[in-house]
Amino acid sequence: MENKKLLLDIQDLTIHYITESGNVHAVENLNLTLEHGENLGFVGETGAGKTTTALGIMGLVPNPPGKVMGGKILFEGEDLLKKSERQMRDIRGGKIAMIFQDPMTSLNPVMTVDKQIAEMVLLHNDVTEQQALERAQEMLELVGIKRERAKDFPHQFSGGMKQRVVIAIALACNPTLLIADEPTTALDVTIQAQVLELMHDLRRKINTSLVMITHDLGIVAEMCDKVAIMYAGKVVEYAPTEALFNRPTHPYTEGLFNSIPDLEKDEEELKVITGLMPDPTNLPSGCAFHPRCPYAADSCSSEVPAMLEIAPGHFAACPVRAGRWAKTEAAPAEVKS
Amino acid sequence: MNPNGQPIVEVNNLKKYFQTKKGMLHAVDDVSFTIRKGETLGLVGESGCGKSTLGRVMIRLLDATSGEVKFWGEDILKYSSGRMKAMRKKVQIVFQDPYSCLNPRLSVSELIAEPLVVNKVFSSSAERVKKIRELMDTVGLAQRLVNSYPHELDGGRRQRVGIARSLALSPEFIVLDEPVSALDVCIQAQILNLLNSLQRQFGYTYVFISHNLSVVKHVSDRIAVMYLGKVVELSDYRSLFVEPLHPYTQALLSAIPLPKFGKKRDRIILEGDVPSPIEPPEGCRFQGRCLYRQDICKEKTPELRELEPGRSVACHFARALVPARGQ
Repeated sequence: MENKKLLLDIQDLTIHYITESGNVHAVENLNLTLEHGENLGFVGETGAGKTTTALGIMGLVPNPPGKVMGGKILFEGEDLLKKSERQMRDIRGGKIAMIFQDPMTSLNPVMTVDKQIAEMVLLHNDVTEQQALERAQEMLELVGIKRERAKDFPHQFSGGMKQRVVIAIALACNPTLLIADEPTTALDVTIQAQVLELMHDLRRKINTSLVMITHDLGIVAEMCDKVAIMYAGKVVEYAPTEALFNRPTHPYTEGLFNSIPDLEKDEEELKVITGLMPDPTNLPSGCAFHPRCPYAADSCSSEVPAMLEIAPGHFAACPVRAGRWAKTEAAPAEVKS
Repeated sequence: MNPNGQPIVEVNNLKKYFQTKKGMLHAVDDVSFTIRKGETLGLVGESGCGKSTLGRVMIRLLDATSGEVKFWGEDILKYSSGRMKAMRKKVQIVFQDPYSCLNPRLSVSELIAEPLVVNKVFSSSAERVKKIRELMDTVGLAQRLVNSYPHELDGGRRQRVGIARSLALSPEFIVLDEPVSALDVCIQAQILNLLNSLQRQFGYTYVFISHNLSVVKHVSDRIAVMYLGKVVELSDYRSLFVEPLHPYTQALLSAIPLPKFGKKRDRIILEGDVPSPIEPPEGCRFQGRCLYRQDICKEKTPELRELEPGRSVACHFARALVPARGQ
């Protein structure tokens, strides 16, 4: 299993939050791999466990209440879960960097932006403060902010510019893996376009692998090579972007696509997924999606579906719909029997 | 849904300025349009463009600086507070954040009852309870939730409570201020379907404010695009998306990431950020970021004019830009 080529190999990761009202199964037996230089989109709704997985990789799951119950996170062949806090501190910001959703709160309001970038550089490199500040200005230029603004404070920047600063901090130490948690959700569309364009450019220049957490399938289509769809703490579908968009297989993925109004078509009514996300302290038995699934068969409520490889590299955790694209559009009725 | 209805709301030269320490903030600056009975007017734009302020001024939650808002031909901005109170039954608003717009100490039934109690609609509580139950059915809230408190409900259900409250007094005109922005896509789709079916059933007129263009397109008959307090383009939803005329609309539309694989578009990346709405300079508000700007754009503010029936645009070069885009 331990493939040296893989940058990131998550095996059976389980993270729970232990709370008074019960065990929140935030991440359940999650398996995921990422190759060098690859862009992975991580899609799901609020509470699907996307951010918890990212925090797990970073070793930042708040404990308590969070607890990694089991599994491995192999990064360049080494299990991050076995690292000491000291070792993790070297990795965080060095080899693995993270961009958080809200640029307004992830910057220090009383520190000039060049110092905030330099802080990161100083922490991970053997350089003088002067060199670090020089590097900070280079980074600012790289993300499209003029050197003159290096001595400005975060509140003097707009939302899009702040996110650029955050990106500059994340990339300051040339990380091998960048985790971006909803990097553009707080931004307006035209500013989002600027930031996505920037991230595109930077990836070409720096050759960083990217895990992009988002709920926007449009961003995934643009930015990612592979996509993992998460539902209730599990990856339910994992595929190259093209396969996922052209042959979505898991009923949840299908429902997700149907929920987005199409800009190019007129639809009177959206085909919605009925019901709500399940309570994470009390997940349904078998497939967690079965109570909302239009294709659910009897076995779905008792058997936990395994990931099936329905085409090379395309995995889906649904035995009922796995054959969807094999035969030409298998009707759901005949599978139900 | 009903493009040929009577004009129900007419907004004429509406302005809303806020006095700030740095100067006068032009939140809504000389906006005019008409909304017909039974239609949905989408109001899109980025944060700070004045769309929410416009929505609020239209129903007098904020007082306008100048201008008119005519409801069935009568200027409601001139109404006395007593008349306005009666008027408020006919105009309602649904707010963006279902987490903060509901009183956390009231139960679902009390929340929905509030507008009925305030306006003394029913004399007996039995009638009121019946109405509450009806409203819960209308918006798809299970009856078992009648005694739940907001913190027990998820975002989608809270938004349904917000919608039930706004429907309680049988309004004619509803301002929906980003009603689905705080919700996940699946729940968002459920609420959009609900709003659509309510409109079909009861013939409501909506103003739908959102920054999400695909959502706005889905619900609207006509769409007004706002930039820095001005409506820069107003058009039926199809033409707007097929052939946007204003350079800002073009950039805005091209910026949406499409959830389709392999669809690469020529993206117009705008430079810089939206400028400050405080004491904006003369001329076109968009000129600082516009790809086609000329000298005249700095000197003269372009009026919103009708280029062809049903399509208005505020740009000196709108007509000239049409062939330029054809290539």
